Amino acid sequence: MEALILTIIATSIPLLLAATGELIAEKSGVLNLGVEGMMLSGAVGALGTVLWLENPYYGIVAGALSGMLMASIFSIFTINFMTNQVATGLGLTIFATGLTGLAGAPLVGKTIPSLPKIEIFLLSDIPIFGSILFKQDFVAYLSIAIIIFISFFLKYSKSGIILRAVGDDHQSAHSVGYPVKKIRWYATCFGGMCAGIGGAYIPLVLTPHWSEGMTAGRGWIALALVVFASWIPWRIIVGALIFGGITIAQLVGQARGWPIPSQLLSMMPYIATIIALTMISGRLSKNNSVVPSSLGRPFFGSQ
Amino acid sequence: MIKFCMRIFSLITLGISVLFFIISSAFAGSPTKVGFVYLTTPGDHGWTYAHELGKQMVEKRFGKDVKISVVENVPEGPDATRVIRELAKQGNEIIFTTSFGYMEPTLKVAKEFPNVKFEHITGYKRSKNVATGNIRFYEGRYIQGVVAGLMTKTNKIGYIGAYPIAEVIMGINAFAQGLKSVNKDASISVIWANTWYDPVKEADAAKVHIAEGADILAQHTDSPAMLQIAEKKGAMGFGQSTDMSAFAPKAQLFASINNWGPYYIKKIEDLRNGTWNTGDGPNHWPGNVWGGLKSDMLVISKFQNMPANVAQKAQEALDGLKNGKINIFSGPLIDNTGKEIIPAGKALDDGALWGMNYYLQGVNGKVPG
Repeated sequence: MEALILTIIATSIPLLLAATGELIAEKSGVLNLGVEGMMLSGAVGALGTVLWLENPYYGIVAGALSGMLMASIFSIFTINFMTNQVATGLGLTIFATGLTGLAGAPLVGKTIPSLPKIEIFLLSDIPIFGSILFKQDFVAYLSIAIIIFISFFLKYSKSGIILRAVGDDHQSAHSVGYPVKKIRWYATCFGGMCAGIGGAYIPLVLTPHWSEGMTAGRGWIALALVVFASWIPWRIIVGALIFGGITIAQLVGQARGWPIPSQLLSMMPYIATIIALTMISGRLSKNNSVVPSSLGRPFFGSQ
Repeated sequence: MIKFCMRIFSLITLGISVLFFIISSAFAGSPTKVGFVYLTTPGDHGWTYAHELGKQMVEKRFGKDVKISVVENVPEGPDATRVIRELAKQGNEIIFTTSFGYMEPTLKVAKEFPNVKFEHITGYKRSKNVATGNIRFYEGRYIQGVVAGLMTKTNKIGYIGAYPIAEVIMGINAFAQGLKSVNKDASISVIWANTWYDPVKEADAAKVHIAEGADILAQHTDSPAMLQIAEKKGAMGFGQSTDMSAFAPKAQLFASINNWGPYYIKKIEDLRNGTWNTGDGPNHWPGNVWGGLKSDMLVISKFQNMPANVAQKAQEALDGLKNGKINIFSGPLIDNTGKEIIPAGKALDDGALWGMNYYLQGVNGKVPG
């Protein structure tokens, strides 16, 4: 059981990180559909760097930087040249899939050391809970720290409130003097950084090799998670664990011969997302919006 | 004056046409144009990589006599139809479509281009200009079963399948037959990944198998993820399509390697000699290739990470399959619900293998669907 829970957590972390980053970008009004592409860049960047420097921790940094690089490309187009965000985001994923394939070609067939587990003194000796909560790798702790930070940042900090204001009504934010474009740049790059680390987690911990398109659609699930969480950070943890839990549950179900079709279980996270969407639109009619109102709309005003 | 001009003109025309005639006859031995459609890229280090190695053998063998076009990353479905049609339009004379899901698209395009030859890999439908090629992967699985049966301590084998289609099921059943031949107590549990390629999911399935107590893993999916997990968690397993020992030097017992080169070369040679055929209708069966260990289309890598007596048993199984002493699916065959498939003294024929929708004794659960 303990091993299964650990597997669920490991599977959820890339989703958790990518979704958290995307949440911040979306809160600032930027819909970046390039999450999958940024994750792939993070994965290939991390693997290449670890092969070169032979220290998995540099892989985290490289993953973050690769993700940010992709996010900057997206920002230049959508924020400075005001291109359509949906089209640019899709384009970014397609571009990154090709680029990482090219960049990763010499990495095929090579394997790297994984990120070590960090045991927290004494706490990790607690039975069951110890190894689940206090015997994880650095990225796992980091992702929880990011979520906690984000929750406080959005709710209580001045910068967080400005960020939300930009996402909700960029014209008003602009008219009171906030630099809309600059804020969106930062938010998008933060999103890229998180997606990059999330992608890097795959070769650093889950499957220490490079193969093309190895994120296999996890970027899209992360996008769905943001909606599922209705843009509230802590709910992403719940959502990611549900997504991960169901993925593992259907595998366990098969191994143990449960009489539930595995396809039905695979479907569950998406049904949950649809339900979440329906509930959000129900709330919208009560004029209590959780969706950033300027989401996906380019800002044309000058700075 | 006009007459003079006309004469000059006709002379020039004549000259040009003679020139063209000479040029074209000089190039009469023009290269055979060959097309390949790949499901992913050679970067998968599994299924498509094996095809890439086969293609490289073709290049080495024919050199300038062939001109090869490859399209990578072609999704199964309508996209495949477009890609295959495009390859046919570009004048490729023979097109190899290298995944099961290209079956209908290949047949569809073949109807539109009756003069182009098509070779569909792992399919079962044929037509006048569509032949099929496949490897008896299940022969390697039998040897895997033998090794697994001798190596397992928990008597639990974890098997990761892609989709519950006959090809994968016959592999599981062949594994079970090999397992049963050396160890009656061990059993196989199967997890369907419902994808050929998703390294993280394959890794998750491997972790679940290990958490459920399996110590030997086998896979019918494409990435090396399963073996990497086995390596990390102290379990063992078998490489798929290509030698994966670089990913799991301590965990890979051996790999069944797909060797497509000889088949490609033979089919292209047949085409160049004008002897390419799909056999006689209606099933066109005789002209099709289903080769295994005997014809070197399936190659077994070095036996490693096992005691000498296990390696010897594995070698015996390999020899037995090669010289025909072992018939994997010979009776009595009983499925895992106790139903008799065939009695003693008989054996399943190739057609029956492609109709497999049941597990034999030694496999837990039942085939989904």
